[in-house]
Amino acid sequence: MVRVTHWITVFAFFALLVSGGEIVISHPRFYWGETGNVMMRPWFTIPIPSSRGTVPTGYSFGMPDANGWSRSLHFQAAWVLVLTGLMYGLTSLWTGHFRKNLLPGKSDRTWRALWGVMAKYIRRAPLDEADAHSYNAMQRMAYLAVIFVLFPLVIWTGLALSPAFDSAFPMAVDVLGGRQSARTLHLFITGFLVIFLIVHVAMVYLGGFKRLMRGMITGRVTARRERV
Amino acid sequence: MSKISRRRLITTGLAAVAGVGGLAVADRVARRYGLIPPDHCGVYGPGETLDYAAQRILTRHSLAREFPRSMISKSPFANAIAPPNDAFKRMQTGGFSDWRLAVDGMVARPGSFSLSDLKSLPVRSQITEVVCEEGWSYIAEWIGTPLHEVLNEVGPLPQARYVAYFSIDSDWWDSIDMADALHPQTLLTMGMNNGDLPLGFGGPLRLRVPRQLGYKSVKYITRLTVTDSMKSFGKGLGSAAPEGGYAWYAGI
Repeated sequence: MVRVTHWITVFAFFALLVSGGEIVISHPRFYWGETGNVMMRPWFTIPIPSSRGTVPTGYSFGMPDANGWSRSLHFQAAWVLVLTGLMYGLTSLWTGHFRKNLLPGKSDRTWRALWGVMAKYIRRAPLDEADAHSYNAMQRMAYLAVIFVLFPLVIWTGLALSPAFDSAFPMAVDVLGGRQSARTLHLFITGFLVIFLIVHVAMVYLGGFKRLMRGMITGRVTARRERV
Repeated sequence: MSKISRRRLITTGLAAVAGVGGLAVADRVARRYGLIPPDHCGVYGPGETLDYAAQRILTRHSLAREFPRSMISKSPFANAIAPPNDAFKRMQTGGFSDWRLAVDGMVARPGSFSLSDLKSLPVRSQITEVVCEEGWSYIAEWIGTPLHEVLNEVGPLPQARYVAYFSIDSDWWDSIDMADALHPQTLLTMGMNNGDLPLGFGGPLRLRVPRQLGYKSVKYITRLTVTDSMKSFGKGLGSAAPEGGYAWYAGI
């Protein structure tokens, strides 16, 4: 179940990233507070051309409008992501996946232990046999942060952009500092998720791409062969 | 090994049967309570349906956020509009005294309202945010006659499910369900920030639907049609938006 939901999430996240990027192109200006539009000063602007002639970008050309399918794909992929996430969360509670595989062991819940793992990475020390079959403290913390902090935040800030959702739960957007703040935070959290994704993929690559991919797909992990 | 895989097979089989059965029940419930949008077909149909159904359940009566006067945007953005057609220009010359809102379809007493007829009905004002699907927004005070006051005058028949609304520019038309049509904040807007509604913002008459994105708030409204099905309008997808690739329901 962990593996199936992982790969569905990869698929949905990629769809969300592409469609979200498309939507940003229609207004690559970001604001803080409740309101923001081309008549107001943005907090920052992403220096790309826009798909809307009404947005001043400094470019002489525009991009094609793709917001229609982008928005539909974004929300449909969001449903897949949320429902998959719920299924993963419920089964993981049931099987003890969080407790067994993700919560760091008692002795590992210290900065010192985290630093120890970090030092190992920096020294490029060979991993012990145990590391090949379970996550170390730093991996566990990173996965927990993504599952319980970044994904809930990205879903919350996304929902806060819906005027109908805000009519039912006005606090959802008010505590974020307004809808433009929510939109800007949605972008930032996406940024953190992308950073995680890059590190995660890089680690799989460095850790032996074929071996780990086989593990991530089939669930069988073979011991690392010593490199000569 | 074989025991475990047999147990697995049975559980998976049962789960699949439950899943299919659950979907069939969900479909029946959704149809019964009107949770299926007119543009439910196509690749993104499941997503559009989930958006609409979930938000309908959550937001049937909820009110769009209203803001204090101090938060009214000093620089609202009107967005680009198509050049006004001849019919519009003629009425503009006459100070819009000839502007009519025709109301027809499944109503007991079809009628036609001038702007002053609308103003003689109860008028309310609200300070709400216009949110564009592109991401930008502004807050303004909107003054007008709630749509439900006009519907009260014409008497919708019990089988009414949608109110379709049409701009003087025939490219623009849309529809909302009765939950939004009877919602107290759905406003046939004639004024903005203590003045007449400027042309760029949809004057003389714009339907404001503040719980949905800006593109549902169609400018220059001249006709309303009450109906039980959107099948016979345009391509049958509920509004002009889905014909251009955008969702009919724009609460998100």
